[in-house]
Amino acid sequence: MNQYVSIFLKSMLVDNVVLIQYLAICPFIGMTSDTGKATGMSIATTFVIILATAVTYPIYYGIMVPLKLEFLETLIFILVIAALVQLVEFYLKKSIPGLYSAMGVYLALITTNCAVLGTTLNCISKNYNYIQSLVYSLGTACGFLLAMVVMSGVRERMKSSTIPKFLQGKAILFITAGLLSLSFLGFSGLIK
Amino acid sequence: MEKTNKLSTFINGIVKENPLIVLSIGLCSSLAVTTNVFNGIGMGLAMTFVLIMSELIISLFRKQIPEDIRLPIFIIIIAAFTTIVQLLLNAYLPALSDALGVFLPLIVVNCIIMGRVESYASKNTPVDSILDAIGMGLGYTWVLFIISLVRELLGSGTFFGLRVIPEAYTIGFFSRAPGGFFVFGILTAATAAVSKKVTAKKGDAK
Repeated sequence: MNQYVSIFLKSMLVDNVVLIQYLAICPFIGMTSDTGKATGMSIATTFVIILATAVTYPIYYGIMVPLKLEFLETLIFILVIAALVQLVEFYLKKSIPGLYSAMGVYLALITTNCAVLGTTLNCISKNYNYIQSLVYSLGTACGFLLAMVVMSGVRERMKSSTIPKFLQGKAILFITAGLLSLSFLGFSGLIK
Repeated sequence: MEKTNKLSTFINGIVKENPLIVLSIGLCSSLAVTTNVFNGIGMGLAMTFVLIMSELIISLFRKQIPEDIRLPIFIIIIAAFTTIVQLLLNAYLPALSDALGVFLPLIVVNCIIMGRVESYASKNTPVDSILDAIGMGLGYTWVLFIISLVRELLGSGTFFGLRVIPEAYTIGFFSRAPGGFFVFGILTAATAAVSKKVTAKKGDAK
C-alpha cells in the first residue's frame, strides 16, 4: 500500500507532468484562459490517460513482447490511443449525450496530447506492474488537473492586473509557468 | 517570380511563421531537452528529418489518400518515421537517445508535424513541401539552439561540454525545469518586441 501512495504522490507532485516533466504544454498554454474550460479539458484527459494505460499495458506485455515487436511501441501505442479516443467519443455520443456535450470538444484534441502517449511509454520504461502503472497514470492525470486549474486561476487574476508592456501576450504566461514550476520544485526530495 | 515564391516558402518557417516563438506549437520537446546544446541540436535534427520525410511522402500521395480517414493515415506515416529515427539514434548515438528519452517517441504527437502535414503537405507539390519542411525544421532547430545555449551557459557553465564559467558561479536554476519556462518567455517577449519595431519602421517608410 505504501509504495502505491508514494508512486501516486511522486507522479502528481514531485514529477508533475506539466511543470516538471514539460509534457502537455500546448493545452496548458492554450486551454487555461477560462477555469471551466480548463477543468473540462483536464477531466477528459484524466479519463483518457487512465484508460490508455489500462489498455496499452496488456497489449505490450500480452502481444508485443511474445512476438518481439517492442520496437514498434510508438506506432502501436499512438494507434491504440487514437482508436480509443474515437471509441470513447462514439460511446459518449450514443449513451451519455449530456457528458458528451460537456467533454466532446476536448476529446478530439486529446489524441495529440503528449501527456497521454508519454504516460503509457513511461509506464513501460519504468518497469511498473499493472497496478503500479494504473496508480502512476492516476497520479499523472491528477497532476495535470492540478496544474491546469492552478494556471487558469492565476490567469483569471492576471486579467485585472497591469502587465509590463513587453511581456504582454504569451510571454507573461511562460514567466508565470516558470514561477509555478519553481514552487513545484520545492516538492523534490519529498519522496525518495 | 517562381523563384521568389520558392524562397519565401523556405524562409516562412524560419522567421515569419516560426513554429515555436510565433505560433507557440510543439513546445513540450523544445523546453524539455534543451539543457545542453548537443541535445538541443540533436532533437532539432531528428525532428527536421521526420518532418521532411513525412511531408514528402504525404505530398506524393496527397491525391490517393481518402479525405475521411486522412488523419489516421498521417499519424501512421509520422509514427513510422519517428520509429526509424528512434532506431537509428539508438544504434549510432546511444548517448543522445538516452538523453532525449521519452521525448524522442513523442515527436509523433508534436503538433508542428501534424499541423504542417495537414495544412501544407496535403495541398502542395512535393518540392514545395520539402522546402517548407526544411524551413520549419530549421526554424525549430535555431530556437532550440538559442534556448539550449542560454540554459547550458548559465545553468552548468559550459558550451558544448567545454567549461566557460567556473562551477562556483553557475545558476543551477536554469538547467532545471523553471529555467526553460523563463528563458522561453523572455525569448518570446524579445521576438515580439523586435518584430513590432520592424513593422513600425516599415509603416513609417510607407
